[in-house]
Amino acid sequence: MESFLSRYKNPLVLLAVLLVQVIGLAVQVRRPSPQAGNAPGVRLIQYWALAVVTPPERAVHFIGSEVSGLWNNYVDLVGTKRRNRELLMEVDRLRLEQAGLAEDARQVQRLQALLGFQQQYIYKTVAAQVIGASESDQSHLLVLNKGSAYGLKQDDAVITPQGIVGRLREVYPHTSLLLEISDETSGAGVLLQNARLQGVLRGNAYGQPEIVGMLPDARIQPGQVVVTSGGDQIFPRGLPVGTVERVAADPDHPPLVNVLIHPAVNLEAVEEVLVITSTGSQMPATENQDIAQSELDQEQQRAADILAEQLPSKIDPEAPPEELFTSTVKGFTVTSPLLPLNPPQPDHPDQFTPGATPPATDMTPGALNGPIREGTENMPAPKPAANNAGTATANAQGQTAATGPGGAAATAGKSGAVKSAGNAKTGGTKLGLRTARQAAVRRKHPAATPRGGQ
Amino acid sequence: MALMASTRREVDIPSYPVWLMVLVPFAALALQSLISLHFPRFDYIDLPLLVTIYFGITWRHPVGGTIFGAGIGILQDAVTQHPLGVFGIGKSVVGYLAASMGIRVDTESFFTRLLLIPFFTLLQSAIVWVLEHRMIEQPYAWLWVHEGIRAAANAVLGLMLFALLDKARRRD
Repeated sequence: MESFLSRYKNPLVLLAVLLVQVIGLAVQVRRPSPQAGNAPGVRLIQYWALAVVTPPERAVHFIGSEVSGLWNNYVDLVGTKRRNRELLMEVDRLRLEQAGLAEDARQVQRLQALLGFQQQYIYKTVAAQVIGASESDQSHLLVLNKGSAYGLKQDDAVITPQGIVGRLREVYPHTSLLLEISDETSGAGVLLQNARLQGVLRGNAYGQPEIVGMLPDARIQPGQVVVTSGGDQIFPRGLPVGTVERVAADPDHPPLVNVLIHPAVNLEAVEEVLVITSTGSQMPATENQDIAQSELDQEQQRAADILAEQLPSKIDPEAPPEELFTSTVKGFTVTSPLLPLNPPQPDHPDQFTPGATPPATDMTPGALNGPIREGTENMPAPKPAANNAGTATANAQGQTAATGPGGAAATAGKSGAVKSAGNAKTGGTKLGLRTARQAAVRRKHPAATPRGGQ
Repeated sequence: MALMASTRREVDIPSYPVWLMVLVPFAALALQSLISLHFPRFDYIDLPLLVTIYFGITWRHPVGGTIFGAGIGILQDAVTQHPLGVFGIGKSVVGYLAASMGIRVDTESFFTRLLLIPFFTLLQSAIVWVLEHRMIEQPYAWLWVHEGIRAAANAVLGLMLFALLDKARRRD
């Protein structure tokens, strides 16, 4: 070893001198970032350090995610279908809820437009994975696997579906440093949702987010929801931050208090995040489409509810849609629900039985085409009169008899049905009743002569 | 071979008065800044580089040449817009190589100096270009004509400066 050092003393000294100067350069030089705007670039030494550290982290993360994906996507699929069904039902339910809130949102937009407020909507997000973390308790930094090559910029807000996580502190081409809201150097404008009190959120020395420098207020209660206020121009308004855990006196400023927040996101187990790369004052097109779809679904749901209320029968909501049977009758296309193969048969045929009525083309105008019931079928039959030779009497079952205008009578059979060949305008039943009445009158007054009864 | 060390004079270690060792680098830096201020074309000349080359080839001590080059280079960075270390790295390498060559090559020869000065000038420009262009990512154009003129101008002035400094050194 000693001989090595003595032999290569000169080159080693040169390397040492060069290394010291290169490190000195890296400390003072900031690499300009085109996406950073006026913000100072990244120190070269940070860039190099991340370039050295992130490849192994990226490799380990890649292997882990691949193995995990293989297991989750191809092996561990127990309950996936059930979960999918539940999620689809949840999506439907949420769409209906969204439609219910859409009108309120539009009203708020109109009012905000009137008042000149600017609402920030999330236009575009980039999903990123956490591949590393800071190794210090005092620094709450996470390393993301995406950078400026994916459109990420310094100070972009980082969220999860549960709430905000932090903002991008440094952005490199393929890596980013995420500063969590629990860091002491972080800052975010927040709002207590119910109390409507605004404040500044930052991390304390123990790594817990807190709203600093607030005036004591009885409305600040544990459990109260805290959302972003949008005042920091980084986080859009209304994103969940967490809930109030407790209120502690500010030791540096005695009248003021600090509100300790239980973050909505578990900051110690963040794996995947969404980086908000674009916001705007108009509701994005996709969101509008979702609301329109939800409103359509709600209308359909209402129509289905109304139909279900009007129909007494039970409607199976999961039954397949009714199939339509299309047939062509003499040039007209008739669409009707598909007839059952074995329809229930009636106990006895009647005039409503299909096929009992002859087709209209076979009917003769003025002809009686079927038995007509008047409800007098069960009445007692009148006794036959001897002097009423030209009169047909009711049969033994008490059913109607009819007399023709010309005095020719035709007695009906056991069924009592009478077919009259004349006087098509006058119904046979009326004639029968009249004849029976006349027969009764003749029994009382034999001298009376019935009209037309020669 | 004419360039190989074969005479007693080449293995002698020349010494310089301390005041001269301190004064010459600062004088080179001051003159470089002062003259360039009044004569913009003087920026073709790099007096600190010439001083580094001279002390390297005459001192013949690579470690000393490296540290001397690093020191004068960092001072030169301090008076320019460069981050500290750009000229420092370049002159460290030049000082090391000049001292290494001083051991093996007859650096007292006029022709040797006429070749070494343009070579080291181009070498330093190349190192600075690499650092500026690849490491700091600052725009730095490499113009062959410009570099050629710079090398020639430094060679001419260097020969005169080296002759002047030769007169100031002590021989044991």
